[in-house]
Amino acid sequence: MQQDDYQRLRLKIIATTLAFSFVPLLALGVTIYLKTESVYVSKVYGNLRTLVENKKNTIDLFLNERISQLTTLAFTESFDQLSDEKYLEKVFSFLQIHSKSFIDLQVIDQDGKTVSYCGPYRLQNVNYSQEPWFNMAMARGLYVSDVFLGFRKYPHFIIAVTRREGDRSWILRAAIDSDIFDSLVRSVHLGKSGDAFLMTSENVLQTKPRFDDTILEKIEFPRFAKFSGSRVEEFAVKGKTSLYAMAWLDYKDWLLVIKDDPREEFMPLYQARWLLIFILLGGTLLIIGGAVFISNSMVRQLVRSEREKASLDASLTQSSKMAALGKLAAGVAHEVNNPLAIIMEKAGWMRDLLSEEDIKGSPNFKEYEDAVQKIEFHVRRAKDVTHRLLGFARRMDPLRDDINVNILLDQTKSFLENEASFRNIEIMTDYDRGLPCITSDASQLQQVFLNILDNAIDAIDKDGVITVTTRHDKEAGAVVIAIADTGKGMPKEVAEKIFDPFFTTKKVGEGTGLGLTISYSIIEKLGGKIVLHSVEGKGTTFTITLPVS
Amino acid sequence: MSVRILVVDDEPDFIETMVKRFTFRKMPVTAASSGIAALKLLETDSFDVVIMDVRMPGKDGIETLKEIKKRYPLTEVIMLTGHASVESGMRGMSLGAYDYVLKPVDFDELLEKVHKAHERKLLNEGRKAPR
Repeated sequence: MQQDDYQRLRLKIIATTLAFSFVPLLALGVTIYLKTESVYVSKVYGNLRTLVENKKNTIDLFLNERISQLTTLAFTESFDQLSDEKYLEKVFSFLQIHSKSFIDLQVIDQDGKTVSYCGPYRLQNVNYSQEPWFNMAMARGLYVSDVFLGFRKYPHFIIAVTRREGDRSWILRAAIDSDIFDSLVRSVHLGKSGDAFLMTSENVLQTKPRFDDTILEKIEFPRFAKFSGSRVEEFAVKGKTSLYAMAWLDYKDWLLVIKDDPREEFMPLYQARWLLIFILLGGTLLIIGGAVFISNSMVRQLVRSEREKASLDASLTQSSKMAALGKLAAGVAHEVNNPLAIIMEKAGWMRDLLSEEDIKGSPNFKEYEDAVQKIEFHVRRAKDVTHRLLGFARRMDPLRDDINVNILLDQTKSFLENEASFRNIEIMTDYDRGLPCITSDASQLQQVFLNILDNAIDAIDKDGVITVTTRHDKEAGAVVIAIADTGKGMPKEVAEKIFDPFFTTKKVGEGTGLGLTISYSIIEKLGGKIVLHSVEGKGTTFTITLPVS
Repeated sequence: MSVRILVVDDEPDFIETMVKRFTFRKMPVTAASSGIAALKLLETDSFDVVIMDVRMPGKDGIETLKEIKKRYPLTEVIMLTGHASVESGMRGMSLGAYDYVLKPVDFDELLEKVHKAHERKLLNEGRKAPR
C-alpha cells in the first residue's frame, strides 16, 4: 500500500469516527438545550404573568374598596347630613380608620360649588363647575380620575360619586393619596433592573418608577388597546430590550406594567448555554483526539502487518526458491557424479599405466604425470562441489539433542581462534547466562556457526572485532544468536543473493558458494530463521533465531 | 591371496576402467552392467566382494543387494553411491552391505575397503566352517 493510501485511510477513519460520534453529541446537546429553553422561557413568562395578575387584582381590589366605601357613604347619608362639616368630619374620620389613603372628603352640589369639606387643605369655596371631571362625574355617576397634582401640588387622584336625591344631584368626592399605588406596585420583588408602574392609556405614568422617568410624565411606550387578562411580551423601549408583563385594571383604564431584564431572568439559561458550548467543545476535542489516536494506531498496526506480510512473503519466496534449486542441484550433481567417476577412474588408470617401468623413461613422462595429477585434483574439486550440493539438497532427519548454545558457540569459536588471532581479529562474546537449552542438532548447528564465523573472518580480512551475542526472546520462545563483524559489509544487491546457491564473493577456488545456502537450509529444517543485516562499510550481522523446544 | 571381485554398474566406461585397474593390480575381476546380470553371474561363479552402484536402471543397487544377501550371505558388498546422502549408504549398510564409497571413487580408498571386506568374509567363513 502506498503512503497516500494510508493517509487517505486515516482521514477516512477520522471522518467516520467524528461523524458518528459528533453528530449524536451535537443533536443531543442542542435538543436538550432547546427543550430546556422553551420550558424555562414559558416558566419565566408564566411567573411574570402570575405576578402581574396578582398585582392587578390587588390594585383593582383597592380601587373597588374605595369606590364601594364612597358609594355606600353617598347612598346611605343624605346631602343635608353631609353638608354639615362636623358630620362630614365624623364620617371622614370613620373612613380613615379603615383606610389611611383617604386624604380628604368633599361634598359638591350640582353647580360645582363645594358645600362642605373635610381635610388638610382649604378647599371650602372652590367651584368645580368648569372642571372636566365634574361634568363627567355628573354625567356618569361615578368618576375615577387619573393621578394629578391639582391644587394640592401633591400626586393624588379623586373618586367622585354622584347621587340623585329628588330633583337635585350632588357629588361626594374623595381625594386619595396615590402613594399607595407606589407601595402596592413597588412591593413586587424584582431584580436589579426590574421595575413596575401604572400608566394611563395615554402613556402617562401614574406611579413613580424606579429609574429615569418621573411621575405624571408621558413615557415612550408602545400603545396597547385594552385587552382582558394579562400579556407578556419582549420588546425594546429606548433601545433597551426588556420583558414586559402587562394587565389592564378593571376599574380604571390604567395599564399595569412589570418590567424585567431578560438577561437577568434568563441568566441560568445563558449559563446553561455556555456550559453546553463548553461541554460540546470539550467533547469535540476529546472525540477528535480519540479519532486521531485510534486511526493512527490502526494505520500503524496495518503498516506493521503489511511489513510482516512482506517479510513473510520474502522468506516464503526464499524457501520455495531453495526447494526448487535444491531439487535441481541434486539432479545435476547426481548426473555429474557419474561422468566424474569415470574421469577419475580413467585418470587413475593412466596413473597406473604411468607407474610401469618402460613409460618412466619417456621424455614426456613428467608432463603426463603432472597432467594426470591435475585432472585428479580438479575432479576432486568438482566432487567437493557436487557433494556439497547433494548435502544441501538431501533430506535428513536432524538429530535431537539438548544443546547449550553458549557452550556450542564457545567450542566453535575455539576452532577459529588461531586463524583469528593470526589476522588480529578479536572474537568477543556477550552471552545471556540464563539462556535455556534448546533441542536441536548440535553438529549441524556447529556447521552453520562455523560457516558464518568463517565468513566474518574473511569479511574483516585483518584487524577487527567479531561479536557473538546470545539472547533469550521469552515472548517468541526462541533463542537469538547474533554474529556481528566489523568487516566491509555488502550492498543490498549482494545481501539479497547471499543465500542463493553458488553465489560467492570469494575468488574462484576459494569458496563454492554453498556454505550459506546449506546454512540456510539447515536452520530452516531445524525450525529456525536466519536473517542478515548489512551496512556497506560498517559490517554485517547474521541473526539466527532458534525455537526453544 | 587374491580377491575375486564383481563390479556392477550401468556405465560401461566405468566398469571397463575398473576392470583394467583391478587387473593391473593382479586381482581377478568380473563386470556386470546391471543387477540382473550380476545375479546371473553369481549363480555360476562365486565372488568375494561385490562393488555395486546404488542407482541403476531395472533392478537398482539396494534391491540387488537384498537378493545377494539372501542367497549368498557370505559375499561382501560395497555400495557405490553417487548420492552424497549418508541415508542411502546407511540404508545399504543396514541391509548388510559392508560399506559404501562415494562417487567419484578414490581408487585407493576403494581398494582398502575391498581388502577389509575380504578379511571379514574370510573371518565369517572360518567361523561358519565345520571343524
